[in-house]
Amino acid sequence: MSTAAETKPKRTIIPFGPQHPVLPEPIHLDLVLEDEKVVEVIPSIGFIHRGLEKLVEIKDFQEMTYVAERICGICSCIHGHSYCEAIENIMNIIVPERAKYLRVFWDELSRIHSHILWAGLFADSFGFESLFMHSWRIRERIIDIVEETTGGRVIFGYCKIGGTRRDIANDRLKSVVTELKAIEKECHSITEVFAKDYSVKKRTKGIGMLSKDDAVKLGAVGPMMRASGIASDARKLGYAAYGNLKWEPITESGCDCHARLMVRCREIYQAFDLAYQAADKMPDGPIETKVTGNPTGEFAARLEQPRGEVIYYVKGNGTKNLARFRVRTPTFANIPPLLKALEGCELPDVPVIVLTIDPCISCAER
Amino acid sequence: MSLMKIAGLVSSWALRKPATRLYPFVKRETFPHTRGHIEIDIAKCTFCTLCEKKCPTDAIAVDRAAKTWSIDRLRCISCNACVEACPRKCLSMANSYSPAMLEHGIQSFVQNAPAEK
Repeated sequence: MSTAAETKPKRTIIPFGPQHPVLPEPIHLDLVLEDEKVVEVIPSIGFIHRGLEKLVEIKDFQEMTYVAERICGICSCIHGHSYCEAIENIMNIIVPERAKYLRVFWDELSRIHSHILWAGLFADSFGFESLFMHSWRIRERIIDIVEETTGGRVIFGYCKIGGTRRDIANDRLKSVVTELKAIEKECHSITEVFAKDYSVKKRTKGIGMLSKDDAVKLGAVGPMMRASGIASDARKLGYAAYGNLKWEPITESGCDCHARLMVRCREIYQAFDLAYQAADKMPDGPIETKVTGNPTGEFAARLEQPRGEVIYYVKGNGTKNLARFRVRTPTFANIPPLLKALEGCELPDVPVIVLTIDPCISCAER
Repeated sequence: MSLMKIAGLVSSWALRKPATRLYPFVKRETFPHTRGHIEIDIAKCTFCTLCEKKCPTDAIAVDRAAKTWSIDRLRCISCNACVEACPRKCLSMANSYSPAMLEHGIQSFVQNAPAEK
């Protein structure tokens, strides 16, 4: 007669990260395996905590815009935008209409380049090297447009409290839209492969399942939530000019890695469309309002980054330095759903599933 | 994917130019708005210290008595705040990035400095 200890498979713990070929940034996961199957995941974070939120004690509220932009390299422009939205709300600053549309335009360009970058990294995670290179080749053209219009390749630096720091001339805006339309056509060459290719489907379909109930219970955000069939998008709050544009959040019902991939692929085209709409409806006028005084009061701004919803909490006490500054980034919110999605998967699928939350650890740890 | 489609893709890529450049022989061109590095026309400077106050990383130091304007290139984040604040427009943003350095140093500019022989 065999004992219980003999029938139960032996458990092995395999460390994943903080240095791993698929991870651009450090996160550590202890994978508890039974044979090749992951049964439990224990995360540990904190390898690149920089204490950026404490900088409010020495930097004034205007200078903090530059700090907020540098929380993350890829969604930097929406970080700056979120901070400005929060401060504008407590200071009751009315942002000019043109600045609102410019913000939407650049935010959507940032979403396109972030999603294409992610698509490349995702292809790389399952060994599709040529798809990775083609994705990044296309992304480079978006980056060129961004650099030409804002001055920065990665850190856009377009946002300031009360408006934007740069304007795009109407003629140039038209030619940028024409260029974007050409890039959009080229995007089909990669998204078609992601949607239809046999090997991509084989590595992503039915893997890393996160049910609708689990997504809600664990507080998933962004494409992770939308791939589980829930139309949750902070842009629907109507901040900046999103309230005046026609669009609906993109959802998929697959709940697996392929659904998350398809949500992001479809969001690339939605972002192109929103950028065209913003350029089309952009009114003439000033791009900034003068800011006087210091912030008093508190506000929590919610904005949609490429990775999901970000929450910026700011509290002013009437001095030039804020009393409190707190950022809840989408990657941080997506770690508990990730752990759930990893349970029950096979060891070779772990990198693919980790990549589907689009992990940005420097965001999560700030 | 059919063989015809693959042949079409291969031939179209064989006829295109490569997506990468032969660096350092071919360099990437910057744009007129690219934030590269800060340049100063020291003859026009009034040493008002506005740029020093606006700099978020404290990279700029202005000495009114010695008529010196100095910048720590490794601290500068090229945010353009000093250029926007300068009342005499003697600061400007150049398009090329700061070159690599062998050691950490502070670059100083002196007004009416004797010309070097």
